[in-house]
Amino acid sequence: MGRMSVIEAPEATTPQEATVRDRADVARQVRLVVTFGLSTAILVYFALAIEDPQVTYILGERVTQEFRPKDLTTTWVSWLAIATSLVALVLAALDRYPRRGAGLALALLVGVMFYLGFLMWAYTDQAGAFQAAIANPIPGTMRIATPLVLGALAGCLCERAGVINIAIEGQFLAGAFFASVFSSIAFTSLAFIPLALVAPFGLLGGVLAGVGVAAMLGLFALRYQVNQVVLGVVLVAFASGLTSFLLGQIPGDRKATFNNPMILDEIRIPVLADIPLLGQALFEQTILVYLMFASVAFVTFLLFETRWGLRVRSVGEHPKAADTVGIKVNRVRWQAVLLGGVFAGLGGAYYTVGSTGAFDREVSAGTGFIALAAVIMGRWHPIGATFAAVFFGFMWNLQNQLSFVDKLPGELLGAAPYLATIIAVAGFVGRVRPPAADGEPYVKS
Amino acid sequence: MKLEIRGLTKRFGSFTANDAIDLTIEPGEIHCLLGENGAGKSTLMNMLYGLLDPSEGEILVDDRPVTFVTPADSIAAGIGMVHQHFMLVPVFTVAENVMLGREQTRGLGVLNRAEAAARVRELSERYGLRVDPDRLVEDLPVGVQQRVEIIKALANDAQVLILDEPTAVLTPQEIDELMQIMRELKAKGTSIIFITHKLREVKAVGDRISVIRRGKVVGTASPDTSEAELAEMMVGRSVKLTVDKDAATTGEVVLDARGVTVVDPRGHQVVKDVSFEARAGEVLGIAGVQGNGQTELIKSLLGLVRPAAGEIWLDGRNISTHGPRESLEDGIGYIPEDRAHDGYVGSFSVRENLVLDLYRSDDFSRGPALNREAIAANARSRIEEFDIRTETADSPVSSLSGGNQQKVVVAREFSRPLKVLIASQPTRGVDVGSIEFIHKRIIEERDRGTAVIIVSTELDEIFGLSDRIAVMYDGRIVGTVTPDIAREDIGLMMAGAHEPAEGGAA
Repeated sequence: MGRMSVIEAPEATTPQEATVRDRADVARQVRLVVTFGLSTAILVYFALAIEDPQVTYILGERVTQEFRPKDLTTTWVSWLAIATSLVALVLAALDRYPRRGAGLALALLVGVMFYLGFLMWAYTDQAGAFQAAIANPIPGTMRIATPLVLGALAGCLCERAGVINIAIEGQFLAGAFFASVFSSIAFTSLAFIPLALVAPFGLLGGVLAGVGVAAMLGLFALRYQVNQVVLGVVLVAFASGLTSFLLGQIPGDRKATFNNPMILDEIRIPVLADIPLLGQALFEQTILVYLMFASVAFVTFLLFETRWGLRVRSVGEHPKAADTVGIKVNRVRWQAVLLGGVFAGLGGAYYTVGSTGAFDREVSAGTGFIALAAVIMGRWHPIGATFAAVFFGFMWNLQNQLSFVDKLPGELLGAAPYLATIIAVAGFVGRVRPPAADGEPYVKS
Repeated sequence: MKLEIRGLTKRFGSFTANDAIDLTIEPGEIHCLLGENGAGKSTLMNMLYGLLDPSEGEILVDDRPVTFVTPADSIAAGIGMVHQHFMLVPVFTVAENVMLGREQTRGLGVLNRAEAAARVRELSERYGLRVDPDRLVEDLPVGVQQRVEIIKALANDAQVLILDEPTAVLTPQEIDELMQIMRELKAKGTSIIFITHKLREVKAVGDRISVIRRGKVVGTASPDTSEAELAEMMVGRSVKLTVDKDAATTGEVVLDARGVTVVDPRGHQVVKDVSFEARAGEVLGIAGVQGNGQTELIKSLLGLVRPAAGEIWLDGRNISTHGPRESLEDGIGYIPEDRAHDGYVGSFSVRENLVLDLYRSDDFSRGPALNREAIAANARSRIEEFDIRTETADSPVSSLSGGNQQKVVVAREFSRPLKVLIASQPTRGVDVGSIEFIHKRIIEERDRGTAVIIVSTELDEIFGLSDRIAVMYDGRIVGTVTPDIAREDIGLMMAGAHEPAEGGAA
């Protein structure tokens, strides 16, 4: 040791900084070790708990002529999952876990393997005569994620401009209701609209309703500077009450006139729709889903590559700086809020003309708030928010699919997506930086 | 471009912030606006920049009257402003900040970032303002951010540039660089309005000096006027620019910081292995440019943040784990740098603020109830002793002037027997009269045998009060010197150089 210190003598002059490790770095390592330790332990439990390692799976959502159940022996899947998780655990424990992109990719891989390991356990050893097969999760995920993505885009636009939008749920409800009404009326009363456009006409109703709620948000938040959190909650209650009231006002014999919309047709994109697993879910969809894809690209481009986007972000970060270079802060905020209303309205329309048809009370069932969580988990970036929305959609779909398997109690299963939301927002996202002036009204001094 | 102001007046209710101000800025001159905090300099400039509407009077550009309703109007007329608090979006790049408001596009509103960056490079070369257009503003040092502000104004073809207290956040070296830039701009024909309260700078760079006091122009002067004369014009009576004090009689070590390291919530080390001793009866000055760890060091001494490593000893006791209340009971007095945030409760009365950290003592409470008479009596005596100008002891502290607010804080902290007094920027935003008074009280406290620690970014204050000076840079103490060190040397230390070999090391 004595000789060593002579050799290393020059090091003594370097600053002591290196000897004190940043707390955040230590916390990160602890978090990783705990996460992967837990995942490994749980996966081992899953693997050991399997008695009969035989399951069936299908590449589609349900058994059809095209998709027939195939057999699978789970053992190797379980152990591969354990091995992956263990590698990540060892890397984390040795403080050799990769950073940035590679780290994220490894975490994602562990996540996928955990999901598979869990599936193996969930679908083996089913009691009862009926044996559920593991099904393709992508179509269901897409169904749930589509409105979430659209709602999250609305959230991104508003909050990047510095207006907190908690009212996405309200925009969903209004959008869903008026989409149904517009489509129904177009079918029964507006003969000049060709049949093919009756359902898309519903989208127009959804957009107008979404913009309408956005206008109320803008009026009270920007003109009257009401606290935006309180305002958002009030607007949700208002939209919920209003749509329920209007629904109740439709007489029983007039339901066909006002609340019996046509549903959007699926449009198949040749070739792409034939991709296994993904194709049908992504490329044999309604116009609304394609609009959703386009909207993500559009909003991203708008925010980060255009003059308007630069101004929107500047008023959300430092409105006074924007003001001093001649940008009209509240005008830009109004524009962003109203444009957000378009996407939120489209998201709402999904719940009626985009999927099931007639409007029912609380048809969006609180998903507007999940879209808000996606905004935060996606760090106020349209693409991040999209991935977050897809993750939430995936969790919900998983819950739906597992309800056919009797392994987990239904109530617990029902709470699982919400639990996943909290863990995702709190754990993965940690401390993120919202736009600096988010929620702060701008008043000229 | 010639800018002329005639009889410009601004009233806020019954208060007249600017009273019939006349000024002429000739093309290509550096015109200094000298005045104390609150004299009305910023109000005047905000009217010139379209942020405030004048109550009366007019503004003329090249002899034609103009009205500025929004900043856009002023920018269009050729006026650019570098605000005291920078108007930069931290998460944008330099080029994005410069282009904001008049963006270069490829048509259809699509940003042309390459062209914007080229424009920044061109301006930065022409005026010698080194800056990388692709860096994020939040990653740049303050001096460079200021250059970005100047480029931003120049990019809008500013012919009159207003610099509002531009030196407050700079190191002495950066101040020299800024003055060089100002001379460069002047040589290229840009007029500059230079707002400051620092006499030295006015004399170094100004062509003409207008002095503002209580909202009025009280005179103009040339740069060869003496500092004492300028100070007298600024304050309205003769002022002493130095602090009277005898040599310190230094006693035992009272406060002993050993290897204190503080990590901020983002995980950065902001105080790095800092060790120092403060002795009874001396003033230890901590010099340094703002944001080099002074604030966090002080917070750790007071127990407002727990150091990540290191120990703090007071009178031979380890107080590293003490919270703020224990620190108060230990006998540490604190004058915070941001008094409105940490020093008083604005909506509370003067009387209440004077006992904010004393109300628990038996003198001011009876069981759970406050002893109102004792608190009122305390207020009467403190108001008289510290010459606090307030209508009544019942007025809210927020209604007082900056200097009197600070006196409330000082009076309260001096009401307890202290072992250590920590004063952070004790005279920031305080009028000259109050500065003299507060300095005198601090020296009296020293002579009573208290260990005093002064943190200040104003070198004059550090030199005037300190018996020893520790210089902080990047979270470390880069050296401890005596006040006879040359200004340039301490300036170098504030920029990160280690103490000079033969400098008066203490």
